[in-house]
Amino acid sequence: MENFNYHRPASVDDAVKAAKAKPDAKYMSGGMTLIPTMKQGLASPSDIIDLGALKNAGVSLGSSLVIKAGTTHAEVAASADVKKAIPALAGLAANIGDPHVRHKGTIGGSIANNDPAADYPAACVGLGATIHTNARKIAADDFFTGMFSTALEDGEVVTAVEFPLPKKAGYAKFPNPASRYAMIGVFVADTAGGVRASVTGAGSGVFRAKDVEAALGNGFASASLNGVKVSAKDISSDLHASAEYRAHLITVMAKRAVDAAK
Amino acid sequence: MPAISMKVNGEAVCGDVEGRTLMVEFIREKLGLTGTHVGCDTSQCGACVVLVNGKAVKACTALAIAHDGAEVTTVEGLAKDGKMHPMQEAFRDNHGLQCGFCTPGMVIASIDMVNRLGKDLSEDTIRHELEGNICRCTGYHNIVAAVKAGAANM
Amino acid sequence: MDNGTGIGARVKRKEDHRFLTGKGNYTDDINLPKQTYAYFVRSPHAHATINKIDTSKAKKMPGVVGIFTGDDVAATKLGGLICGWMIHSKDGSPMKAGPHPILALGKVRYVGDHVAVVIAETRDLAKAAAAAVDVDYGVLPHVVDVADAMGHKAQIHEVAPDNRVFNWSIGDEAATDAAFKKAAHITKIDLVNNRLIPNAMEPRAAIGYYDTGAEHYTLYTTSQNPHVARLVISAFHGLAPEHKLRVIAPDVGGGFGSKIFIYAEEVVCAWASKFVGGRPVKWTAERTESFLADAHGRDHVTHAEMATDASGKIIGFKVHTKAAMGAYLSTFSSCVPTYLYATLLSGQYNIPAIYAEVDALYTNTAPVDAYRGAGRPEATYVVERIVETAARELKMNPAEFRRKNFITQFPHQTPVIMCYDAGDYAAALDKALEIADVKGFPARKKASAAKGNFRGLGYSAYIEACGIAPSAAVGSLGAGVGLWESAEVRVNPVGTVEILTGSHSHGQGHETTFAQLVSDRLGVDINNVAIVHGDTDKVQFGMGTYGSRSGAVGMTAISKALDKVEAKAKRIAAAVMESSVDDIEFKNGTFTVKGTDKKMAFGEVALSAYVAHKFNSAEIEPGLKESAFHDPSNFVFPAGVHIAEIEIDGETGVTTVANYTAVDDFGNVINPMIVEGQVHGGITQGIGQALIEGCVYDKESGQLVTGSYMDYQMPRAADVPSYKLGFTCTPCPSNPLGMKGCGEAGAIGSPPAIMNAVTDALGVKDVPMPATPHVVWQQLQHLKKAAE
Repeated sequence: MENFNYHRPASVDDAVKAAKAKPDAKYMSGGMTLIPTMKQGLASPSDIIDLGALKNAGVSLGSSLVIKAGTTHAEVAASADVKKAIPALAGLAANIGDPHVRHKGTIGGSIANNDPAADYPAACVGLGATIHTNARKIAADDFFTGMFSTALEDGEVVTAVEFPLPKKAGYAKFPNPASRYAMIGVFVADTAGGVRASVTGAGSGVFRAKDVEAALGNGFASASLNGVKVSAKDISSDLHASAEYRAHLITVMAKRAVDAAK
Repeated sequence: MPAISMKVNGEAVCGDVEGRTLMVEFIREKLGLTGTHVGCDTSQCGACVVLVNGKAVKACTALAIAHDGAEVTTVEGLAKDGKMHPMQEAFRDNHGLQCGFCTPGMVIASIDMVNRLGKDLSEDTIRHELEGNICRCTGYHNIVAAVKAGAANM
Repeated sequence: MDNGTGIGARVKRKEDHRFLTGKGNYTDDINLPKQTYAYFVRSPHAHATINKIDTSKAKKMPGVVGIFTGDDVAATKLGGLICGWMIHSKDGSPMKAGPHPILALGKVRYVGDHVAVVIAETRDLAKAAAAAVDVDYGVLPHVVDVADAMGHKAQIHEVAPDNRVFNWSIGDEAATDAAFKKAAHITKIDLVNNRLIPNAMEPRAAIGYYDTGAEHYTLYTTSQNPHVARLVISAFHGLAPEHKLRVIAPDVGGGFGSKIFIYAEEVVCAWASKFVGGRPVKWTAERTESFLADAHGRDHVTHAEMATDASGKIIGFKVHTKAAMGAYLSTFSSCVPTYLYATLLSGQYNIPAIYAEVDALYTNTAPVDAYRGAGRPEATYVVERIVETAARELKMNPAEFRRKNFITQFPHQTPVIMCYDAGDYAAALDKALEIADVKGFPARKKASAAKGNFRGLGYSAYIEACGIAPSAAVGSLGAGVGLWESAEVRVNPVGTVEILTGSHSHGQGHETTFAQLVSDRLGVDINNVAIVHGDTDKVQFGMGTYGSRSGAVGMTAISKALDKVEAKAKRIAAAVMESSVDDIEFKNGTFTVKGTDKKMAFGEVALSAYVAHKFNSAEIEPGLKESAFHDPSNFVFPAGVHIAEIEIDGETGVTTVANYTAVDDFGNVINPMIVEGQVHGGITQGIGQALIEGCVYDKESGQLVTGSYMDYQMPRAADVPSYKLGFTCTPCPSNPLGMKGCGEAGAIGSPPAIMNAVTDALGVKDVPMPATPHVVWQQLQHLKKAAE
């Protein structure tokens, strides 16, 4: 990979300052996506701003569940608070990548990267989370704006993700057989504001599955999804799965997510 | 080039690195610890797995410079006083390796698995937890047996 | 001997300590002083002319030591890559081998083709400079699918205007046609044997070093057969005569065939060292390069027809196969879809008439060559799929249909060259039926159905031929080399033993199994035996390890050398103990004089041999060192029955291997633990082929779509179950140890077992491999539509 200048700021302010100073700078959290991308020559930032020294990790549970951006997938998966408040989220984190990736990858890094097959964006949208940044709070529905793109401004950095507590939530993933990213992942949640269902892996980015939400609105049970046929229009098609197959899997995974919901 | 220092297999080491120097390059090329291998360039095969501050990570997907001050254990650091770690022993006893190339990562990942999940591991758990380690030789059958036996002896 | 380390003992591997403690010594672990790094400029196009290569900008990049192109190679008269097996078409014409330059000359023929090499102070600098080499390509039409290759407008080599390398046949066409005319039933099937990428976990690597003083080359390389590499690089590329080239293959991290071949990159490292002032040149493939440029496996399209009589006996078998060769003929590529393939089309069955025709075709893809099983998995796939299909069409139990047609008398001459020497196929079938609990299958199928899932059972009764031999026979069939093996037994004065072998272990555990043989024969502690291999300076010559030949051929050579050692040691013992050599007995490491209490331990005789005090050295030469070359009289024929039981998730199409049983007959086994490990690994690669792995080139762009682990799925631990193994034993009569080969059997037997199970579950004739969830789901959709 091409070389770069390495920065390791000790505070969010310094990080933002460093990022703003260099137009081609990139933040690095766990590096689980950024480093492979750079190794393949798909990204060649002039400067890497490593957020590792911020020590911005940890979970707090109150009327909502707040996970700091630098919390690793392994920490989320193991957190007693997460398991208690939103077991589906702990389960989701426990199945991202593999154990080694989970030791490094962070929730903040994952959502800021917004890989169209990543798991966390599904949880954020499915639960109606709020993304905290150094500058503001952004609703998840507004945060994920498309393939690898988010509402983050230049230099803006995710500091935490705040999840409202659902009555029940579940996540089911059908992994891509090769990469093990989600080929389809469906997050369902029965929330105070109604049923939410989000899908990852199906297109250019996470989206809410309105058909699924509507059906589950009639009763948060997998039987409610019988006969629900998700349209394959706008759903991605590749070597591993046609749009039709992915669309089919959305319903199947939605059912399994509902059955697994706690 | 910036200098970094680490504690690798209990020994203080230091060296100059570029920003882009990967942990695995530092370990293999600067420290000459060639037991840690590189089997792919997309962070999937797990041949490069080492323990960093006690946790399994892929050394091919970590910048050396970001781990200044870290404690690292590679496969060379597992045996104590000339005696192999129980997990190493179990891999030998159960024929859990053939060509040996994935083995260092496989053994480290297995130790990490036991560290996280305890000694009593089901076959399903072991197979699931080996998600990040690819072996082309053994068909995993004997690796699973080795991890089970090694876990019990840890 | 009965010391727990002899033949048949589950001895823990001697090599494991170094691998487990990180002390293996793989090529990339080696670094030489003043080493430079090579990076290859590769073709981004499937087929293109090279109009111009501009290296001027790259040459100015930091750290660049040298940049070389095909013209530079040609200027030194370095010969191109060769294919070492001449195949003649049915019309008698020789195969049409196009030129395969070490670095491209004027044209590239697949994505990843080697165009130029940049040598620099570091890997990163070489890579950066390679990106700055400006190649002006003129894109040509391409063809990547073997089914489309014949006569395609993309003409890949001038010598083969229709892209056909050869049109080869075997068997008696007239007799087969006659059998089909008498048939009560004819079963037809069209099959694709999917292209695979070998993916040994250690990527290929090389370090070439030219000693300017001694004018001598050394090449460290990830090779399964370093002597063959030296021979080819010397005799065909003309780099240096053999005594001026040392090839070392240290620890090698898996091969599966892909490290048999002589590739451009390794040759370039040695060649280029001379032109960078004798500095060593190192190259280690990135995994992406392994995908692009290692020889791939399989890639057949086959139509087969099987004729049966009214009683359900197979009376004729016809096969036509299109076999992809890729863009160039790799080292042994031509023998794979011919003599390693069609000679096995009789399977385990008594088939009186067989005829097969093979069209080998160029495609704009990576070359195809031997990959675990090499031809035999392809043959077994055709035989076992059509046999299963025939049984279904005849409404016969597939196990009993097989049994009815099994060969039961040995030796058995098939209509396709092979003469099977020993076997008991029914015994393996009986054992497999029991282990797999086939009786309980209907209940399990019912339970699956109750969950909305589909359960299927599939059989595969495979046979393979390994230890390719004898040399004269393979020579008459076109092989460029002999296929014997050599061994040298060096007994040291203290009685420890070094075995120098031409076999090469890259995971097979030779350091243990070969030592077991020595321990068994000489009564020497296994820890006092060292196995030396993989270095042309140490081992005089050898043919290497592939085709499951190291036991049957390599160990037999050792055994013959041990015979000589024993004979000489007896003469020495007789002289020392003042008796007749005929009265000397050797057992458990001790020489005794019949009818007396005189005895000498093996180590004492060894010492006597070297001090030479107590025998007439005019009659007996001092020392104890013997060598042998073994050229087998026949192939060996491992065979077995595999039974796969799979369950398909009715909602997602995910296929789970619920039970897998393999019963194999490998003859006598040296180390059951290692043999079982070979079977496990082979089965997993076969399950990989059937359900998981598939190499895909994009038809439109000619690009390799499955170019990394992100898109090429490797079997992982959770993708496969634990296996149930059983063994039967009919010792092989053609070698003194009674051994067959076990390295490939798993990969040969398993794909048809799995696919027969998948098609059984779905009640369809064929599902293409790999039967990924997507593929199976599509089948489920067809079934659903058909039912509506």
